[in-house]
Amino acid sequence: MNIIVCAKDVVDASEMKIDSNTNKPILEGISKKISDIDKNAIEEAIKIKEKHGGKITAITVGTPDSKERIKELLAMGADEGVLIPYPEKYDYHIVSKLLAEAIKKINEYDIIICGEASTDFFSGQIGPKIAGLLNISQITYAFNLNVEKDKIIGERNMGENSVTTESSYPVLVTVTKEINEPRLPSLMEILGAANKPIHEWNADSLLNDTNTKIETIDIKGISMERKNIVFKDNIDDSVTKLVDSLSKDGVLG
Amino acid sequence: MIYMVLVFSDNRNLNIELLSKGSELAKELGEKLTTIIIGKSDEELANEYIAFGAEEVYIAENEIEFFKSEEFSDIIEKIINETNNNYILIGSNKNGKELASRLAGKIDAGCIIDCSNIYFKDKKITAERTVYSGNAISIEQFNSLPAILTVSSKVFDPLKKDEKNKGNIVKKKYDIEKSSSKIINVKEMQSESVNVEDAEIIVSCGRGFKNKEDIKYANELADTLKGKTIGCSRPIAADLKWLSEDHWIGLSGHKVKPKLYIAAGISGQIQHIAGMRDSGIIVAINKDPEALIFKSADYGIVGDLYEVLPKLATALKNKIS
Repeated sequence: MNIIVCAKDVVDASEMKIDSNTNKPILEGISKKISDIDKNAIEEAIKIKEKHGGKITAITVGTPDSKERIKELLAMGADEGVLIPYPEKYDYHIVSKLLAEAIKKINEYDIIICGEASTDFFSGQIGPKIAGLLNISQITYAFNLNVEKDKIIGERNMGENSVTTESSYPVLVTVTKEINEPRLPSLMEILGAANKPIHEWNADSLLNDTNTKIETIDIKGISMERKNIVFKDNIDDSVTKLVDSLSKDGVLG
Repeated sequence: MIYMVLVFSDNRNLNIELLSKGSELAKELGEKLTTIIIGKSDEELANEYIAFGAEEVYIAENEIEFFKSEEFSDIIEKIINETNNNYILIGSNKNGKELASRLAGKIDAGCIIDCSNIYFKDKKITAERTVYSGNAISIEQFNSLPAILTVSSKVFDPLKKDEKNKGNIVKKKYDIEKSSSKIINVKEMQSESVNVEDAEIIVSCGRGFKNKEDIKYANELADTLKGKTIGCSRPIAADLKWLSEDHWIGLSGHKVKPKLYIAAGISGQIQHIAGMRDSGIIVAINKDPEALIFKSADYGIVGDLYEVLPKLATALKNKIS
């Protein structure tokens, strides 16, 4: 099985603060990480490889320093990494096209796995958009996968229904967080990853038309103003104070 | 160029909400509003869509039993090519999101998922969406057409139903490209038919609960409050399955805005906060004084929920009665 995993390098939104003067999110100085659900995607790829053999390639469209995070994916068990540095202007469309073109360039693949959505923008469009661009079938929101030699069966969380879908290869799969528990690589694996290749492919070499279709014209921070009153007395006193406060706020009736 | 507006959702209520926004956009363009029904020929539904603002309803008749993106995107692509619709609104349930994204790939269009508002700015279609787990709103504008936008339920109010509206019904059969996937089973997700989205007061459980049986402490507290419902964070519904997913509050679960939200034993991961940040008053109960949840709360009690919840239930009962 040749498996391609698309993984995004994101800012950790839980560390994000809003600049009270400009009302913009402060992105500088926030640590970056592989988007949580994309780690589930790589974990699932490793499990499939453990059973069926093959090769795992992880692709990231990111910043030059995303290489550091790709190393984590290699330490977990991916065989090769591909970094496509963001072109000057990009949007969902350009990122999906770049990934689709990189996948075409890799050429030999049975399964493409993406997380259901990235934790920063949570749009979830890249996976099925790649499937549309490559015109291959898609199994979305999989919380369980059963991979056989000539077909894959996915159980999918579609909200009200659980839908089981079967497909031959090639196929694009998006996974949810429930599908597995991503492994933590050992020190040996981290050291070993240094010998695995990370290729760098330029956007220009993959795409002729790098025009975006969507432009982000503004990002406004939403500040969350809360009273932040914490009662730390003994439990009985804290409970009494809390009930008095809630009553005064008029939220009990 | 024709700038018609097309809306589609496989969910009737959501489609009616989309027709409301679609109608506003179509009026601004001076163009027609079209919607699509895929499956059995349902003229009654088509007429209902007309009463809610559609001027044209395409019925793509076929024997498709269950939704599949490959087939639905194929049909919609064919209708778009026939009708020159350039603004496509799709209902943002899970089916709709994967459908819109796949369609965007097929027709080489830009796509914005989960729009919280849509309008024309400088004559370009513009949308707002929440990003960074609810910490910011991104304002995004199309610089190309066609434009595909998805909208969740309850973002737009439906128009008033008007039986006098007139519209055109077009029935067609489309050849569907065969895809290499098939649906082999559909079953209802385990559900307890709770509706956290409409609840006025929510008592929500997190990983601080040690056993499934202990959820009763949250239930007993909720029972003392009116308009209450039990909610929970991701691990309780998705991993441990102690409560069904209709209780799940968070980025991938339900988004709620009760007047009072009590988070018990919830650590306050940003994905959970994204689901409950619009609540009126937020109370946090956690034995870890450093728990993130306190930063997002109006009131907090540092303590063991097994001690706090029964005491809080008793105190509330005394207060209310």
